[in-house]
Amino acid sequence: MLRATLKSLLARKLRLLLSGLAVVLGVMFVSGAFVLTDTLGRSFDAVFADAYAEVDVSVEAKPKIDVSTAEGMPLSTPMPASVLDRVKAVPGVADAAGVVAAEGARMIGSNGKVVTSFGPPQLGQNWLGESDLLELREGRGPQADDEIVINAALAEAGKVKVGDRVGVLTLAPKKEFTLVGVFGYSGGRDSIGGANEVYFTTPVAQQLMLGKPDVFSNISVQAADGTTPAALRDELARTLGADYQVKTGEQLAADASAGLKEGLSFFNKILLGFAAVALLVGTFLILNTFSIIVAQRTRELALMRAIGASGKQVIGSVVLEALAVGLIASVLGLAAGIGVGALLAYLFGQLAGGLTLAGLGVPASAVFGAFAVGMLITVVAALLPALRASRIPPIAAMQDVATPDRPLTKVTIGGAVVTGIGAVLLFLGLGGHAGDSTLATILGGVLFAFIGVALLTPIISRPVVSLLGAMFSWSVPGKLGRLNSGRNPRRTAITAAALMVGIALVTGVTVILDSAKGSIGALAEDTIKAELVISGSTSGPRPASFDPAVLEKAAAIPGVQMVDGEYGDMAVVGGQRTWVAVSSNVAALQQIFGAKAAAGDISKLAPDQMLVSSDTAKARNLSVGSTVPVQLSRGDARTYTVSGIYESSQLTNPVTLPPQAAADFAIPQPIQGFLQLAPGTSVDAVQPQIERLLADSPEVSVADRAGFIEQQTGQLDSLLQMIQILLALAIVIAVLGIINTLALSVLERTRELGLLRAIGLRRAQTMRMITVEAVVISIFGALLGVVVGTGLGAAVVEALKDEGITDLILPWGQMVTFLILAAIIGVVAAVLPAIRAARINVLGAIAHD
Amino acid sequence: MTATVGQEQAAARANDVWKVYGSGEAQVAALRGVSAEFERGRFTAIMGPSGSGKSTLMHCLAGLDTVTKGTVMIGDTTVTGLNDAGLTKLRRDKVGFIFQQFNLLPTLTAQENILLPLSIAGRKPDPAWYDVVIDTVGLRDRLGHRPAQLSGGQQQRVACARALVARPEVIFADEPTGNLDSRSGAEVLKFLRNSVREHGQTIVMVTHDPTAAAYADRVVFLADGQIVSELIEPTAETVLDTMKKLDAPVEVGN
Repeated sequence: MLRATLKSLLARKLRLLLSGLAVVLGVMFVSGAFVLTDTLGRSFDAVFADAYAEVDVSVEAKPKIDVSTAEGMPLSTPMPASVLDRVKAVPGVADAAGVVAAEGARMIGSNGKVVTSFGPPQLGQNWLGESDLLELREGRGPQADDEIVINAALAEAGKVKVGDRVGVLTLAPKKEFTLVGVFGYSGGRDSIGGANEVYFTTPVAQQLMLGKPDVFSNISVQAADGTTPAALRDELARTLGADYQVKTGEQLAADASAGLKEGLSFFNKILLGFAAVALLVGTFLILNTFSIIVAQRTRELALMRAIGASGKQVIGSVVLEALAVGLIASVLGLAAGIGVGALLAYLFGQLAGGLTLAGLGVPASAVFGAFAVGMLITVVAALLPALRASRIPPIAAMQDVATPDRPLTKVTIGGAVVTGIGAVLLFLGLGGHAGDSTLATILGGVLFAFIGVALLTPIISRPVVSLLGAMFSWSVPGKLGRLNSGRNPRRTAITAAALMVGIALVTGVTVILDSAKGSIGALAEDTIKAELVISGSTSGPRPASFDPAVLEKAAAIPGVQMVDGEYGDMAVVGGQRTWVAVSSNVAALQQIFGAKAAAGDISKLAPDQMLVSSDTAKARNLSVGSTVPVQLSRGDARTYTVSGIYESSQLTNPVTLPPQAAADFAIPQPIQGFLQLAPGTSVDAVQPQIERLLADSPEVSVADRAGFIEQQTGQLDSLLQMIQILLALAIVIAVLGIINTLALSVLERTRELGLLRAIGLRRAQTMRMITVEAVVISIFGALLGVVVGTGLGAAVVEALKDEGITDLILPWGQMVTFLILAAIIGVVAAVLPAIRAARINVLGAIAHD
Repeated sequence: MTATVGQEQAAARANDVWKVYGSGEAQVAALRGVSAEFERGRFTAIMGPSGSGKSTLMHCLAGLDTVTKGTVMIGDTTVTGLNDAGLTKLRRDKVGFIFQQFNLLPTLTAQENILLPLSIAGRKPDPAWYDVVIDTVGLRDRLGHRPAQLSGGQQQRVACARALVARPEVIFADEPTGNLDSRSGAEVLKFLRNSVREHGQTIVMVTHDPTAAAYADRVVFLADGQIVSELIEPTAETVLDTMKKLDAPVEVGN
C-alpha cells in the first residue's frame, strides 16, 4: 500500500509540485522571518556587547518618563556633575568619567541636507579621548567650543572632511563647527551598528545635548582590579540611592539589544502575515489539486477498495501523499527562506549604515516552523479530498459510476454559517467590543469571511459565470468555454476563491488607505485655515523640527496674519501617559484649527494653566478649575489648572500646555508650523520668504496646502505600494491554481476534445475555448475579490470613523484595473493548457480508454 | 426457478434476492427473487442478455452492491447487512476480482500488482503458492514490467494472478475476456478452468460470450432479473441454443 501510494505520487510529481509551490512560498516567509530575526538579533547583541565593552558599570539618573525602548530612546535625566565625585569616592572604583550622550545630534552634510539614519541613533557626546574601542583616524580631538569630531561613516555619508565648517542641529537650532577629526573603531569599522556620532567638548555637549551646564547623562565606571562589575554595581547602587540606576556593561548591552529586537519582532509579524496569506491561498490550491486527483483516480481507488483496502487505508494513502508533498515543499521553502532571510538581513545591514552581521543563524524555530506549517497546511487541505476518496464505492472499479452532481445545499448552508461567524467576529472586533483581543478577532473574522465566501462561491458561480460567459457566447468556442467553466461549480469556485483572497486583500487595503488619504486631504482642505505649512517628513528616528525663531520672523512678514508652531511630547499627565502639545500661539486653536470651546476660555493660557479636550475631560473626570500634575520629559513635575475645555475633533490634542512648557519637551522645538495669510495676500509672494527663513532648518520645508496634503499622504502611497507588491505574490499563486485546474480539465476531457476536433473544431478554436474558460474563471475570482475586499475595507473604514477616516473612497480605477488584470491572468494561465488541448491526437483521444 | 446444487456447502449463495432501483413510477427491479448456490471448487458462468441482471447479481454476491430484499452468503459469512469494515474484511479474506478492464495500477510492476491485495491486508505471500501461481500464469519473465509494457492478454493474466494469490473463497470475474482477442481470451479461460480443476478454486464468471461460458462447469441463465435456465457441462452449442431460446418471445421454462 505504501509503495503503491509513493509510486502514484511519483507519477504526478510535476502537478503536485506546482500546487506545492504555494506551500513553498508560505514556508519561505515563515522560515525567512525566523532566520532574519535570529541573524539580526545576534548582530545587535554583538554590536552592543562591543559598544559597552569598555564599561564595567554605568550610573544614570532615573528617567523622568519611562519610555519603552520600542517607542524611542529613553531620555536620560541629566545628573549634576557632583555625582561624579561621589562615584569616584566609592571603594572599588578605579576610574570614572562623566559622559554626555544623547539622541538628536543631526549633522548637515555638504549638500545642505541632514544626514539621516534609518533607525540607529544620531548621538551627540562629549569627547573623552581615544580608547581601546575608539581611535582617531585623522586630525585631533575637539579643544575649542566650535570644534567637533565625527565617526568615519558619518563623514562619508555627509561628504565632509577635516577642516570643513559643518552645521549641527541639536536641542539648539543649527550651529556651525569646525570638523577637527574623524575617528573609527577597533577592527577598522566606520560605525557601530550604523550609529552616527558627533563629539563636542564637554561644556558644549552639556549645553547642546542636555540643555544645561555641569550635568552628565551617565557616569562610566572602571572597576579596580579584584572587584567584579556586579559587586561594584551593588556597592554603587547602595551608595547613590534609589534616584540612580546602576547597571553593568553587560546589562546595558542586553537592554539596548532587547529594545531593538522588540522593534524587529514587528517586522517579523509582517513577514508572518504574508506567510499566512500565501498559505491561505495555498490551502485552496492544494485542496483543489487533491480533489481533482482523487476524482481522476476514482477507478484506481475503487480497485483498491475492491481488493480489500479499508476506507482508512484509502484516507491514509491520500494523506500520505499530502505529507510527502508537504515535506518536499517544506524543505524547499526552508532553503528559500534561509536565502531570503540572509538577503533581508544583508539589506537591513546596508540600510542601517553598515551593521556588521553576525553569522547567518538558522534557529530551531525556523526549521520547526517550516515543517510544522508546511506539512500541516498540506495535510489539512488534503483531508477533505481524502475523505471523499474513502467514500468511493468499490463497485466503481467495474463500471463508470457517474459521480452524481451532489447538491450544493450543504456547502451553501455551511458557507452562510461561516460567513455569518466571520461577520459577527468582524463586527465585534471593529466595533471595539473584543477588548484586548481586537486584532485577533478582526483577523479571525477576515479568515472566516474568506472561507465562508469560498464555500458560497459554488452557488454564486452559477448565475455569475453564465452572465460573465454571455460576453463570449458569440462564437461556438466561446460558448463551449463558458459552458465548461460552469460545468464543475465546485472546482471553478475553489480556483476562483484562491484568486479572490489576493484581490480582496489588495482591494480592502486600497479602500482603507484611499479613504484615509481622502479623509486627511479633506480635513486639511476644509478645516485647517492655514495657507502655508512648515513640516518635515519623519523618516528618521525622531520627528523633524525647526528653529522657533523662524516663527517670530515669519510673523513679521507683511501679509502674514497669524503664525502658530506646534510642539509635542509624551508626558505623564495625572499618572497616565498622554500626548501633550503646545501651540506657540494659543489663539490659533480657534482661528486655524477651528476648535470650539466647551467650557472655560480656550483663547489664552497663563503659564500654570492647561486646556484639555472634551474627551480627555470626560475620561479623566476633569472640569474647569481641576488641578493636574504633569511630568514632562525634562524638568520636575508641575501642577497645572484646567482653564478651558475644547470640543474633541480630528485636529485637537488631548492636552494643550502653555508655550513655556515646550522647553521641557524631549524635542524643545516646533515640529510643525502653520501660517495664516491676510485676505488677498499671494501665497507665492510669501512662500519664498519663509523658505529663506528655513535655510538653517534643513529638516523641514514650507509647502502650500496642496503640497502639505501630498506630503502627509505620500507615506500612505508608499505603504500601499509595498503591500500591493507583497500581495501580488498571493495573486501569482492563484494563477498557478488556474493553470493547474485548466490542465486537469483538459486531461479529463481528452476524449471530448478529440471528439470536438474530429467533428471539425480547429486548433485555434480549441485554444480559444480553453482561454475563454480561464478568463471566465479568473474574472469571476477577481469580481468576487473586489466585492469582498470592498466590503471588508468599508467595514474597517466605518470602524475607524472615530479615528478620523470619515470619507469612504472606493478606488474605482483600481477595481477596473484588477478586472482587466484578471482577464490577462486568465489568458496567460490558459496558454499551456490550451496548447496541450490543441495538440491532442484526434484518433488517440477517441480510442483512448 | 431456483438453481441449487445439493452439495454439502456452497462457496456463495443467494437467497430470494431482490434488487430494486429507484422508487414509485421509475421503479425498476433488476433482480426478482433470485436464489442460487455456487458450489465450492467449480467454475460457474452467469449468462443472460443485456439488462438481464447478471452483473447486478454478481455485484450483490460479491458484496459490492446492497440487496433490497433477501440474503447473500459467502462461505459461512452472511454478506447482507455487513458494515463497511465487515465488507472490507470480506474482500480481503474471501473474495477476489477479475475485471473486464484489467484494472491494474499503471505505476506498479506486474509483481507489485499481483502482491497488492496481500500488501494491503498486511500479509506475506505463501512463497510456494506464489510460485505455483506465477508459473501457472506463465509470467515469470514479465514480473518487472509495467502494465503498459504488457499485451492485453498478459495484463489480464496478471489480474488473474492477483486474484488467485490470496486464495479467496471465491473469485468473481466480470466479462474477463471482453477486452481480449479470441486467442488471448481462450488462454485466460483455460487458465481459469485449470485453476479450478487443479487447485480447487471457486470461480463465478459473468459473460455474454457462449464460447467463454463453455469453459465453465455449469452455466446459470438470467433473464429479466430471474434465473430461467441452467446447463451442466455446457458446450458452446448448447449454450448458444439456450440463449436463442431465451431471446425468443415466448417464456422458456426449464
